[in-house]
Amino acid sequence: MSATRAAESLLALSQQEELEDLPKDYPLSASEDEGDSDGERKHQKLLEAISSLDGRNRRKLAERSEASLKVSEFNVSSEGSGEKLVLSDLLEPVKTSSSLATVKKQLNRVKSKKTVELPLNKEEVERIHREVAFNKTSQALSKWDPVVLKNRQAEQLVFPLKKEQSAFAPIEHVLSGWKARTPLEQEIFNLLHKNKQPVTDPLLTPVEKASLKAMSLEEAKMRRAELQRARALQSYYEARARREKKIKSKKYHKVLKKGKAKKALKEFEKLQKVNPSAALEELEKIEKARMMERMSLKHQNSGKWAKSKAIMAKYDLEARQALQEQLARNKELTQKLQAASKSEEEEGGAEEEDELLVPEAVNEVQMNADGPNPWMLRNHPSDAKEAEIQKDPEQLSEPVAHEASESEGEESPLAEEEILLKELEERRSLRKKSGLNQDSEPVGRQETKDSSSQEVLSELRALSQKLNKENHQSRKQKVSSARTVLPVQREEPAEEEEPLLLQKRERAQTLEELEELGEEGCFQDKELPRPALDGQQLERNPNNQPGAPKEKTKKEQMIDLQNLLTTKSPSVKSLAIPTTIEELEDEEEKDQRQMIKEAFAGDDVIRDFLKEKREAVEASKPKDVDLTLPGWGEWGGVGLKPSAKKRHRFLIKVPEGPSRKDKNLPNVIINEKRNIHAAAHQVRVLPYPFTHHQQFERTIQTPIGSTWNTQRAFQKLTRPKVVTKPGHIIKPIKAEDVGYRSSSRSDLSVVQRNPKRLSIRHKKQLKKNSVD
Amino acid sequence: MLSRNPDNYVRETKLDLQRVPRNYDPTLHPFEVPREYMRALNATKLERVFAKPFLASLDGHRDGVSCLAKHPKSLATVLSGACDGEASVRIWNLTKRKCIRAVPAHEGFVRGICTRFCGTSFFTVGDDKTVKQWKMDGPGFGEEEEPLHTILGKTVYTGIDHHWKEAVFATCGQQVDIWDEQRTNPICSMTWGFDSISSVKFNPIETFLLGSCASDRNIVLYDMRQATPLKKVILDMRTNTICWNPMEAFIFTAANEDYNLYTFDMRALDTPVMVHMDHVSAVLDVDYSPTGKEFVSASFDKSIRIFPMDKGRSREVYHTKRMQHVICVKWTSDSKYIMCGSDEMNIRLWKANASEKLGVLTSREKAAKDYNQKLKEKFQHHPHIKRIARHRHLPKSIYSQIQEQRIMREARRRKEVNRLKHSKPGSVPIVSEKKKHIVAVVK
Repeated sequence: MSATRAAESLLALSQQEELEDLPKDYPLSASEDEGDSDGERKHQKLLEAISSLDGRNRRKLAERSEASLKVSEFNVSSEGSGEKLVLSDLLEPVKTSSSLATVKKQLNRVKSKKTVELPLNKEEVERIHREVAFNKTSQALSKWDPVVLKNRQAEQLVFPLKKEQSAFAPIEHVLSGWKARTPLEQEIFNLLHKNKQPVTDPLLTPVEKASLKAMSLEEAKMRRAELQRARALQSYYEARARREKKIKSKKYHKVLKKGKAKKALKEFEKLQKVNPSAALEELEKIEKARMMERMSLKHQNSGKWAKSKAIMAKYDLEARQALQEQLARNKELTQKLQAASKSEEEEGGAEEEDELLVPEAVNEVQMNADGPNPWMLRNHPSDAKEAEIQKDPEQLSEPVAHEASESEGEESPLAEEEILLKELEERRSLRKKSGLNQDSEPVGRQETKDSSSQEVLSELRALSQKLNKENHQSRKQKVSSARTVLPVQREEPAEEEEPLLLQKRERAQTLEELEELGEEGCFQDKELPRPALDGQQLERNPNNQPGAPKEKTKKEQMIDLQNLLTTKSPSVKSLAIPTTIEELEDEEEKDQRQMIKEAFAGDDVIRDFLKEKREAVEASKPKDVDLTLPGWGEWGGVGLKPSAKKRHRFLIKVPEGPSRKDKNLPNVIINEKRNIHAAAHQVRVLPYPFTHHQQFERTIQTPIGSTWNTQRAFQKLTRPKVVTKPGHIIKPIKAEDVGYRSSSRSDLSVVQRNPKRLSIRHKKQLKKNSVD
Repeated sequence: MLSRNPDNYVRETKLDLQRVPRNYDPTLHPFEVPREYMRALNATKLERVFAKPFLASLDGHRDGVSCLAKHPKSLATVLSGACDGEASVRIWNLTKRKCIRAVPAHEGFVRGICTRFCGTSFFTVGDDKTVKQWKMDGPGFGEEEEPLHTILGKTVYTGIDHHWKEAVFATCGQQVDIWDEQRTNPICSMTWGFDSISSVKFNPIETFLLGSCASDRNIVLYDMRQATPLKKVILDMRTNTICWNPMEAFIFTAANEDYNLYTFDMRALDTPVMVHMDHVSAVLDVDYSPTGKEFVSASFDKSIRIFPMDKGRSREVYHTKRMQHVICVKWTSDSKYIMCGSDEMNIRLWKANASEKLGVLTSREKAAKDYNQKLKEKFQHHPHIKRIARHRHLPKSIYSQIQEQRIMREARRRKEVNRLKHSKPGSVPIVSEKKKHIVAVVK
């Protein structure tokens, strides 16, 4: 059905086109209207044109010039002989009849099916197989790359790579396979068996076994060592106790006792915290001890020592003190327990208060120290400091400001923006202050007003600079220093002392320089109206401004041909000719030369060369020998020099040698040191693995012999690259040797499989290749 | 008065070495370099003085020795096949330098011989179209010498090689056949083109790989597992044989008729890794040292040469007055010796390192040897030392051939340069020496 419909539509289209085309053709045909004979041909042409318009069955129609065979009924027309028969052509006459619908359907079905492509020829298929296999194999081989590289670069390779395990058989295995044959052997065996000498596994007699069971050697050793250690410790402690007992100094014993008491107390406190029940027990113990002490009456004034002291106390201050101490102790002991504990608490409280007080005092001291010693300020937060600065700016001396700047410079970059904001505020407040001061200071008024707008600008600029991270590091220091100098400058008008002012002006100058980098001197403008300081500034200018003198020095550094003229060497003489000519030349040329000179200001080639040559000449000249000995024939001593006469006498002058080869060659240095005989032994071309002659020279210069190296270094330096063991078979490297998993499947098993079967991947590739 | 601690200078027993205190301060030793230079020079001279590489000649064959095989388990055993009909395979004991067994293996030439990896048997192929497997041990008293198996083929086999791990061997002739030892038919045949294949070699590391060379100037690689050839490279002239590097899985060296050897990386066949030149006639055989650092080549110019794997020129050349065209060469498994079989029926045994002292060395000797070796290496670029180290005596024929070839090469080069100079820039391509000899790579 669809075919018929298509044919119909085609017909309709062709008719339409015909209609469209006709008017175009008409004038052409009219002009060619010459004869009737042409009419037929034209008609034929027209038909051809129309048929060719139909897109589907466009066919070539052979043009004939000779008498047509077409008409003849005896001949078979050869028209369209080279063409295929198309089904749709056959169908065309069937269009109308409906009886053949089934046939048409079948035909359509056939039409829609695609033909199977021809299989690739055998060579092509084999080629694809090969390619796939090659890729696979080369991939498998590339796993060896690291191993090969490692072996090639290895300092030393020892072959065979895999160490062979020496065949080791235990003695009982050997013995079990061996029989006593000769009478002598039998006799020995009998003897052994009589002794119950075991032949199999643990080759030990029963006695040996028992002894082994008793104690192993290591255990015994350990035990002995332990015992020794214990004994040594004991004797050491004993000796120490004896020594301590012998000490007669009472002070020592007192101190010792006190120390012990303190220690006990500390331990007790610790125990209280950790284990209250144990502490209670301890407390009881202490209590008991106290009671015993009380009962013993040891600290009454009734003892022998106390009595003697009492006698001495009248005259001796120390004795009196000791006595008093004992009394105090007595009191302490005889007091009731409650009271004692209270005092202790009080003491502790007092101590705590002390502890609290002390840091405060220290702090105060530090606070006071702030003023004169700003170095102590370092660790304080910047907020407090800035508050201080705002509180009493007059008090601040310039080192403080300087210090602040340093500390700020050191601060972390994270706080940078905060600081900036604070700084802005600070400046504003300062400005206000200065505004307040205006009344008292009429001179500074104009200036501040003038500068206020510029200040904002400069501040913004500084801010942007700060935020600009690129040159962050380099500028940070400078900017911060500028920042800190600024407030000081604001204060200037308030302080009227001249020298101080001057000093500060000096600092402001550095700031100006800084600002000049961005935009030339807004501060200078500001300062210009100041009549009082003008002169000073003028004075300062020649000293401090580096601009003009620097330029001068630069000019001096450039190649000065005049300078060259004055040197005596012959080469300069030759150079002198063009220079003298140059002097006569026009000014324009001079200018040009000047420009060139400036352009090549850096490379002073001629002078460098001359210098080099001079040095070479100097170095090659033999030196005079001075044989003067001080003290011979005259007085000697420190600071005395041999006399000129003597020096003259003992100085051996070098005779004039042959003149240098390059004496008359101004542009050449001839090295006269080169020794032809030595050159025969020297390497002329840098050998392959080296990239620079220095590398090579260094390897040559480091000796490897044992004369210059320690034994260890010598062995290391002379290690051969490949070591083989005589009499050992070196087998090819194996995958297992280098840690790879060797393929478990046999090479053979794969061969026996059907090799012609293609995997899916192969098929894909095959298809791809066929498309190509 | 000087007083020293005797511990510092007195030895503990009489057998100890005397202590020699030494100051290693470099300022005290100003002549280190000249002294070491002299030592290096002397070491080089002594090396040349002691260079006596020839050890023994094994005679017994009645015709030229055509093939050699190493025993995989025993260093002292060597097998050889010759071109004579009777007793054409001989087994030699190197320590006694005697033939221990003679096997009349084939009628006519024995073309190839190889041992099984376990060392219990060996295979031979001959001109009589047979493959024979023999026991390594000789027949008992009264028994007749008979092969274990005989396979009758349709065509002449020209070479044989055994797999390194399995009971498989490969033969070559008109095609490469892979055989199971138990079967009389090949389990797999691989062909590519129709020319006769002269040699086939298994890769010792990746054992499923094979390389072969045919008389139509090509080298073909095969994969046994996938039963297909992989790639083919066509050279200027015929390759006689190839040898795989036993330490580097993808490297092999081909001995070519154009006097050169080519070392290839099998993954990139279009450019050889190195071209080894020095022979003045066709190279007939090549074998790698088991360390994989060097290989030895046998040539028709009656000499054998030892090349480092990564150098273009040989480090050593061995020849004798009586040695004729060398047909086969092998490097022993302990990497100390080289054997070569030549046309005039002898097998010769050489030291791999010409001046090496054989036998056990004392530790001092060993240290001195190592030191001298390092010195020679250190000063090898100095002209005098280089000249002495490179000096070799060559037979007149080889010497004159070298001169002649140098002139020829120079002329060719000159012509090339001239052509390049007088033609439009870019129209004459500059081809490197490595690429010059490769005709094509066929996928």
